[in-house]
Amino acid sequence: MKYAAKKIAAMLLTMVIVSLLAFTAFSLISGDAAEIMLGTQATPERLAALRAELGLDRPLPARYVSWLLGFFTGDLGVSIQYKQPVWDLIAPKVLVTLCLSLLCFLLITIVSIPLGLWSASRSGGALDGLGTVVNQLCMAVPSFFTGILLSWGFGIVLKWFMPGSFPALGADFPGAVKYLFFAAAAIAVPRIAMAVRMLRGTILTEMRRDYVRTAISRGAARRRVLYRHVLKNSLAPVVTFLAQTMAEIVAAGIVVEQVFLIPGLGRMLVASISNRDYPVVQAIVVILAFWVVLAGTAADIINQRVDPRLRLGGDS
Amino acid sequence: MRKKLFSLLLLVSLLSAVLCGCKDGSTERPSADGQEPAIGSTGKTANEITVGIAQDLDDSLDPHKAVAAGTKEVMFNVFEGLMKPTPDGDLIPAVADHYELSEDKTTYTFTLREGVQFHNGEPVDAGDVVYSIQRCADDSEGEPLVPALSAVQSVTADGATVTITLDQPNTEFLSYLTLAILPEGYDQQDTAPVGTGPFKFVSRAAQDNLILERFDGYWGAPAYLDRVTFKIMENADSIMVSLQSGAVDLVAHMGSVQAAQLADTFNIEEGTMNLVQALYLNNAEKPFDDIRVRQALCYAVDKQNIIDIAFSGYGHPIGSSMYPAFGKYFDESLANRYTPDLEKAKQLLSDAGYPNGFSMTITVPSNYQPHIDTAQVIVNQLAQIGVTAEIQLVEWGTWLSDVYAGRQFQSTVVGVDASNMTARALLERFVSTAGNNFINYNNADYDALFEQAVTTFDDAGQTAVYKQMLENLAENAANVYIQDLADLVAVRKGLTGLRFYPIYVLDLSTVRYE
Repeated sequence: MKYAAKKIAAMLLTMVIVSLLAFTAFSLISGDAAEIMLGTQATPERLAALRAELGLDRPLPARYVSWLLGFFTGDLGVSIQYKQPVWDLIAPKVLVTLCLSLLCFLLITIVSIPLGLWSASRSGGALDGLGTVVNQLCMAVPSFFTGILLSWGFGIVLKWFMPGSFPALGADFPGAVKYLFFAAAAIAVPRIAMAVRMLRGTILTEMRRDYVRTAISRGAARRRVLYRHVLKNSLAPVVTFLAQTMAEIVAAGIVVEQVFLIPGLGRMLVASISNRDYPVVQAIVVILAFWVVLAGTAADIINQRVDPRLRLGGDS
Repeated sequence: MRKKLFSLLLLVSLLSAVLCGCKDGSTERPSADGQEPAIGSTGKTANEITVGIAQDLDDSLDPHKAVAAGTKEVMFNVFEGLMKPTPDGDLIPAVADHYELSEDKTTYTFTLREGVQFHNGEPVDAGDVVYSIQRCADDSEGEPLVPALSAVQSVTADGATVTITLDQPNTEFLSYLTLAILPEGYDQQDTAPVGTGPFKFVSRAAQDNLILERFDGYWGAPAYLDRVTFKIMENADSIMVSLQSGAVDLVAHMGSVQAAQLADTFNIEEGTMNLVQALYLNNAEKPFDDIRVRQALCYAVDKQNIIDIAFSGYGHPIGSSMYPAFGKYFDESLANRYTPDLEKAKQLLSDAGYPNGFSMTITVPSNYQPHIDTAQVIVNQLAQIGVTAEIQLVEWGTWLSDVYAGRQFQSTVVGVDASNMTARALLERFVSTAGNNFINYNNADYDALFEQAVTTFDDAGQTAVYKQMLENLAENAANVYIQDLADLVAVRKGLTGLRFYPIYVLDLSTVRYE
């Protein structure tokens, strides 16, 4: 229990630090929401009036503290740009991004682990060389480009989905998931390649260890050794890697959402930064940070379950 | 085994939480008239279209507060004023039926059109008109929302007539009365706007879409389309893919190369952007405080070459702060005031004390590809006279803050538009004391001419003065004027009726299926 409390406290602290960093970085870029809203028709009087109306005339620390207080009482504030409560504005987008990230994560896990095992068990074959080349290629191509290729190939040529017409999640869930699948694939491809390479490397190293040689010389089947012992030992770095992938999925999602015109947090974040809509930026940054920290914590816990040697003292 | 079961359970519960959440989280906001909008997922009924727009309506849906050209472009379909512009650049009565102008040209009496109603079903009365005009003329926060309305002395209602009295005659006054008429006492224009136009606002999802529907109570010719969805798509590749996939039917402001690729399934209609695109020079900054340097740049920059290289020949060269759609003021010959002449340019530079050229920075907002392309050609052209120009890309917000408001720049490539159909909207900014004179143009003759223009009350005389101001800008090489960009609109074959205006709007009321 103490362990869990520690973890939660660490998570909260991380999020507060992230929000503070975001707020500070945000206040360093020039231009504020009032200037952007008034655009080329800004006059000093109008700017001052709008800043007062939006509360932008208060000093930075005061704004941050009132934001933080609001955050801890469940009030994310009101968007400067849209004049709507931030939560109402981003809730549907949180769901879209959550679905996209989960889909992507599942895709990576389901594809990379069997592929890694298969690739390790076939190491040295003729196919292996080809596999390495394909693997390198997949890693090198950036997600947005894969995204453009996928939407052209499956969208325009094969017409499996209609790029640019993402249905609302609530209205047509299967259709939305189908649409998200292509975006998830674009994000997943380079990560799958990396995970496969990593798993393969770890398994091959592991296979050269003494206990494997002992087991095989005792007459155990190679296959059995691979699945029963080696896999378990090779999984820890992969789990850690997959957890880190969560952060990458979120980051890549920001770009890929724009390629596929998916109304997720990514587009909202980018737009809110350029509009200096700080309540929205803060909320999104904290949500994404939470998501990433959560994945990291989950990885720690899973690793400890798989490999008791990693358990820290103090946990019962 | 138990562990496996546990993690499986966790996964299932997580997924189901997501699924339930998805169902609850309706992405649409309630509509202006209280009905739940029914958004078709993929099934498109025959009489609706999807229009791709490059930016969300970021500033405000309230037409009196909106400033972005992209916002006004869309909301033109929702709002109307006493008067409204026509594609030919005239003004016709809209909410007003007709008006009379007094002998001394200071009193306008508008008779309201009968049977005009707001999208919420309320009839428009004189009180709403007075409210809307006063809201724009209110100067309690310094300057009024529409600065020219500071000349309004009084606005009074009497039955179905509204009388507006001015301090002094103003030949351009009518163009300001295109300001939107809004229902008095309605305070949700920011999020659920209500107007009198041919389309009514239905819903918006931030950074995703904005939906309009035909307003059946419209007083004039009804719109043909039942519903228009504006989809926000910032990425040029996604726009192309969406057009090709059939998700989007109409996109304005296309690049010429992209437009050419769509010729099979789309008609490419060409209008003008109604922008004064120029290499704007900070006249207070060295070396551009020297007229010879500015003129040298004008001689070095070849407008037609820019149009040919970066815009496949689409575009209209200009020579001063005026674009061709303003036929009354536009002077074609100014575009040839500086015919490209590298020798002359070099001579002017060495006269000014820069025989070996100099280095300069061109600041360009990174979200406007046409301006970036233009700047790149300019860099090459300037290199021919020994001037080393470097492009600095900045975010739009930074541009507004540093270049436009802060005037901390050397030169910048942008397009300046007119906020309404008057020459004043384009020319007042170069008066030395103007708050938006971001190039720090300071010319006593120009200031005197402007003073003369706003106090000249006959149209022909005023036009002549405005033309002199345009010549003044060209003669003194205030900026390196380039072009009015072409506006290429991709319209799916089968759709027809799009009309172009001399201002930056996208009128969908006449668009229909053949």
